[in-house]
Parts: sequence; structure tokens; C-alpha cells
Amino acid sequence: MSVIQEHINGVSPPAAAGGTEPPARRKRLRRDDVVKFMFIVPAAIYVVLFFGYPVVKNIVMGFQDYTTQTFFTGEAPWVGLTNYVTAMSSQLFVPALWNTAVFTFGSIAGQFAIGLALAVFFHRKFPLSNFLRAILLLPWLLPLIVASATWRSIMDLDGGVLNRALGAVGLDAIPWLTNPDYALLAVILVNIWVGIPFNVTILYGGLQEIPEEQYEAAALDGATGWKAFWHITLPNLKGVISVVLVLGVVYTLKVIDIILGLTNGGPANATQTIAIRSYQSSFVDFEFGVGAAFSNVLILISLVFALVYLRTTRRPAN
Amino acid sequence: MKKTHASSTRRRLLSAAATAAVVPLALTACGGGSTASDGGEVETLTVLDYYNNEPEKTLWQDALEACGTEVGVTIERETMPGADLIQKVLQRASSNTLPDVLMLDNPDVQEIAQTGGLTPLSQYGVDTSGFADGILEAASYEGEVYGLGPVVNTLGLFYNVEMLDEAGIEPPKTWEELKAAAAQLTEGDRYGVGFSAVATYEGAWQFLPFMWTNGADETDLTSPEAAEALKLWVDLVESGSASESVLNWSQADVKDQFVAGNLAMMVNGPWQIPALEESDVEYASVQVPVNEEGATPVAPLGGEVWTVPNTGDEAKQAKAAEFVECISNDENQMAIATATYKVPTRTDLIDDYVAEVPSMEAFAEQVRNARSRTGQLGTDWPETATDIYTGIQLALTGQAEPEEAFEQAGQG
Repeated sequence: MSVIQEHINGVSPPAAAGGTEPPARRKRLRRDDVVKFMFIVPAAIYVVLFFGYPVVKNIVMGFQDYTTQTFFTGEAPWVGLTNYVTAMSSQLFVPALWNTAVFTFGSIAGQFAIGLALAVFFHRKFPLSNFLRAILLLPWLLPLIVASATWRSIMDLDGGVLNRALGAVGLDAIPWLTNPDYALLAVILVNIWVGIPFNVTILYGGLQEIPEEQYEAAALDGATGWKAFWHITLPNLKGVISVVLVLGVVYTLKVIDIILGLTNGGPANATQTIAIRSYQSSFVDFEFGVGAAFSNVLILISLVFALVYLRTTRRPAN
Repeated sequence: MKKTHASSTRRRLLSAAATAAVVPLALTACGGGSTASDGGEVETLTVLDYYNNEPEKTLWQDALEACGTEVGVTIERETMPGADLIQKVLQRASSNTLPDVLMLDNPDVQEIAQTGGLTPLSQYGVDTSGFADGILEAASYEGEVYGLGPVVNTLGLFYNVEMLDEAGIEPPKTWEELKAAAAQLTEGDRYGVGFSAVATYEGAWQFLPFMWTNGADETDLTSPEAAEALKLWVDLVESGSASESVLNWSQADVKDQFVAGNLAMMVNGPWQIPALEESDVEYASVQVPVNEEGATPVAPLGGEVWTVPNTGDEAKQAKAAEFVECISNDENQMAIATATYKVPTRTDLIDDYVAEVPSMEAFAEQVRNARSRTGQLGTDWPETATDIYTGIQLALTGQAEPEEAFEQAGQG
């Protein structure tokens, strides 16, 4: 937006000239402004319709008694903060908040560490490296509901491939999805798998941007391997890394399909997150107001990270 | 001079381009008017249901078309996955595009009826006598019947005939026999019994026959009777006769395990029979075991009913009611029940039906005493169902004793 604004200001003639100008010229200038305005309109309409409206609607819904009836009658009485009280006083609120934090940070840590390692690995050229990198994108291409159904059978207690494999090397079967102590870990592991392609792709792109000369110069000074990674790769990737991490957090906070597909929030609510609470309040209990309250909490958390993102990506002003 | 001319042409082109970009948005905003007919002859009825899998889809298509011909309309049918139906109904309600005939799962009828989105069938003089009480109860809201269905289903206990014969075990009739048989049938990779205790309504639904038969009631989950029923499930899992995986198995998963030979017995419904028929497993079914000998098994009633949404078009609504009546007539009931392994909703047809499909005897018997899920709690049922499956999960994972599990779940 600010770029467009700047552009308009830059091209427009000085405002002070307006009074002294001949009428014909002034008219043409106004038409100029209209044309410029028309270019913003499609984007503005899009933003208002698909971003502004849902967010405002969601915030409003949080203060309403919004039920199945509302869809038929259009009536949704104002209830003040009742929905927030219901959401936050529920016994599941604090555990869900905690699970959301563990799920998000666990997922991000795993995705980023493995993603970075793979990106650095594929940065070296070797036979089939492009092909293998393409294969890595596979989890991204698979519909999440398919991926979670597949992982559910892989992690099955008795017949799952994972436990069979553990058994083959003499380890005990792990109740991945049926024990409250393991379920959150299992869900995080699957989400890490889902997130790796995103991390690899963006970080690999960042690595390509680092000039080869820096490594050559460093090598002359004896900095290779880990030293080169710490002193050249990481500092150069700083911008890309902050983008990957912040976007990762925002994407992970709102994950529901993987959790619904794997555990449905169970066993015994062990994998309830704020996003799952929001979904279940709305579409299982039909309490859309409470669901909106939960998702507004989530939006607020996302907003904090979005602000961090905007700060890190903002170009320094002159 | 030339330069000015070129730039003004360019500007004109740009302004045309910008206009062109905005116009489609304005046009789409005007689209999508209503298509209600103003009285007169009704020629088509739109129908929405969730029988989206074969062979049910085609079977229902034939039945719907036959009834369409009978009442003199063409049918425009739309099918969708069961999980999306309610969302779709709400969405269409808010845009005034509800179908003329709507299929609903019976526990959802009251929720939708209370919104005023459905019309009572008495308004059209539809005769609802002769139907099983349970299904009428489920389809009623504030004393009015809103939907009729030709068939219902319920739960029973399936068993692998070969495995029971091998072990010399009779199919269990009581909880004690169930526990003993399950323990004896458990060996190697095979569990004695399987059921679904998943964290969805399916888990709650599977628990109901045990809870109800023991005299517990959904209006008070903290009763000792409910705890005893829960204790049975906990015992089965803790003793190893049932897998811990029941916590994450849907009913379809339970059926898959049974077909794979990993379960000797399972709690499941007759809608699984077509899949069982396709497998090599030799199976049979009995009623869900009861708490003590001689007790009456009380199972939940499942199945869908057909309703007439309030679309505002009275001529179409009247026609739709005629159509709904036709779907549930004697002839259709027998045809659909026989083809889909479900039980007719007219109690006077049950004997004829069992004579025709003897393998359904246990389920047909079970239906006579079956109860609807929403009969007592109405629109509060979803909340209680959530408490039931949460309580089950708390108890089976050892986070709460069976006596406290439902109370703990209720605080959620």
C-alpha cells in the first residue's frame, strides 16, 4: 500500500500549482487520479472482501449468541463477553493453550532444524540432487487429510508399520496415538514431516543468494565446514530465517486437519489446541459464538507474530 | 506533439484496463438470484442427501426417481459426504437456497427443526402412524413430526464363526460371558473383541447400548449404572482382551480389523454387512450382550429421515411432503431394507422382513426396543454426547476412575 501511495505522490504534480493552472489541465489531472485509483480498486475490493470481512465478522461473532438458528433467522443477540468467559473458563482452555504452544514450538524447531540441514546438504551439487530435492516436496503436494489418514495407519498400535519396525529391532511398541503421554509428540512428528518441504525450499533459495566468493575467501583464511557455516551461511541467511520462522509459527498455530485426522483432539483431550477447540465449538457443538471467541484468541496470537514479521521484513527507511 | 498523443493513448488504454478489471467483480455481485416458482404446477424437486457412496448412491437414486415418477415430478439430486451435510444446510439456509427435500441424520433433526428451518409433516396431512416410536421420537420437535425414514439401523455384536467354533465358545449373551469369551479368544496378534471408543460421536453411540441396558440414563451420566458400563469397557481394555487402539478406531476401522482377522468379535452395525459379505470372513451376529441374564437390550436407533425444509414455496413444499411419504411407504421400506441391510421403520413389516433376510434377525429384534439419542435431551444431546466420549477416553487412558470419569468430563 505504502509503495503505491509513494508512487502516486511522486507522479502527481505539486498540489500548490492547482490554483494557478488553466482549467483544462486541472480536469485532465483529475482524470489521471481516477485512473490511478481504478488500479487500486480491484486489490482493495479483494482485501476488503476476503480479509477484512471475515476478520470483522469473526470479531463481531465473538460477541454474539450465534447458533444454528442464526443461519435461518439471521438473529444473533449480543451477549457481551459471555462467549469469552465460556471459552476461557472451560477446563480445556489452559491445557489447549499449553498444547498449542508445545505443538507450535516443537513443530517449528523440528521443521527448521531438519529443513536447514537438508537445504545445506542439497546446496552441494551431486548426481540426482535436483531429483531428490523435488521428491522432498512430496509431503507438500499430498492433501493433508490423505497424509494424516496414512500416518494414522503407520502409527497404529498393533499393526502399524512404525511399531512393527520398532519390534523388528527389539524395541517395545509405542502407543503413539492412544496414550495421552505420546499423542502430542506423535502429532508434532507428523507436522514436522509436513513442514519440512516449506523450510527446505525457502532456505535453499536463501542459500543460492550467498555469493560463492565469500566461501572462497574464507577458505583461504582457513574457515571451512562448521566455521564457514557459523560465520558466513547463518549471518547471510538471517533475513530468510526470520521469514521462515515467523511464517512457520503462523501456519502452525492454525493447524487443525492433521490433528483432526490423527486423533480428533484425543486421547482424553491430550491433543486439544486452541484451533481444535475453535473447530469443535463451532462445528461439533454448533456454538459458533464460542468458536469465534477461541479463534479470535488465535488471531491475536498470530497478530503478534505477524507484527514481528512486518518489522523484520521492513526495508530500512532512508 | 507526437509524444503527448502517444501518452494520452496509453492513458486511455490503461483506464480501459482498470475498468475491465473492476467490471467482473461488479457483475458477480449481481448474480445468483432466487429461482422460486410462483405457485402453479410443480415440475421438479431438489433433493439433498449424504448417500454418496456406491452401492447406496445408485440404490437411492432409483428409489428417489421412482417416487418422483409416482408424485409426478423430476428429481434434481445432490449428494455430499456425511460430515459436511450440516454445514451445507446452514450455509444454504442463510442464502435461502434450501432444497425442497432434505435428508438428515436423525439426531440432527431437532437441532435443525428448532431453527424453524423445517416444516411439520402434519401441516400436509402426512400419516405417521405405524412407525416405530423411536424413530418418530427422534424426528419430533415440540410434539410435531418433522421427518420420516424408510429404514433404521442399530448396533449388535458380530462374531467370527470359525474362531468361536475353534475355541468351542457360544456367542456371549451377558457381560460376564462377553468378558470370558473375549479373554479366551485373545491370542497372539488377535484380540477377543473390538469396539469404537474414538473421540467423536461414534464413540458415544457405541457406548449407549451398554449404558442404557444397565439402566443408566443420559440425563444423569454420574449414576453408578453408567460407571458400571464404563467399567466393563475399561476391564476389557485393561485385561488385554480389547486393544488400546479402540481409543482411536472409528467403526469403519473396527470393521477393517475384524475383516483382517485381528478381532474375534466386534460391536458394529448392519451397515457394515455389505463389506463383510465381500470379505472371506464367516460372520454372524447377536444382540449386544446385556448386564445380566434376562435383561432387555436397549440399543440406540440410527438412520436418516427425510424432511421438508421451509423454502417458502408452498406448492413445492406440499409436493415434497407427498414425496417424503412415498419414500417411506411399505414397498420402498422392504426394498431399501433388503438391499441395504437395515430394518424397516414400520413395526408391522419387521416379521416379513426377517423372514426374507434371516441374517438380520438380531438387529431387527434390537430395533423393537431401540431408543433415539435425542428423545430425552433434544438439542442438548450434542453436549452430552461430547461428555460421554470424553469420559470414556479419560477412563480408558487411566486418567480417571470409571466412577469419576463422566463427572470430570462434564466439567470440561
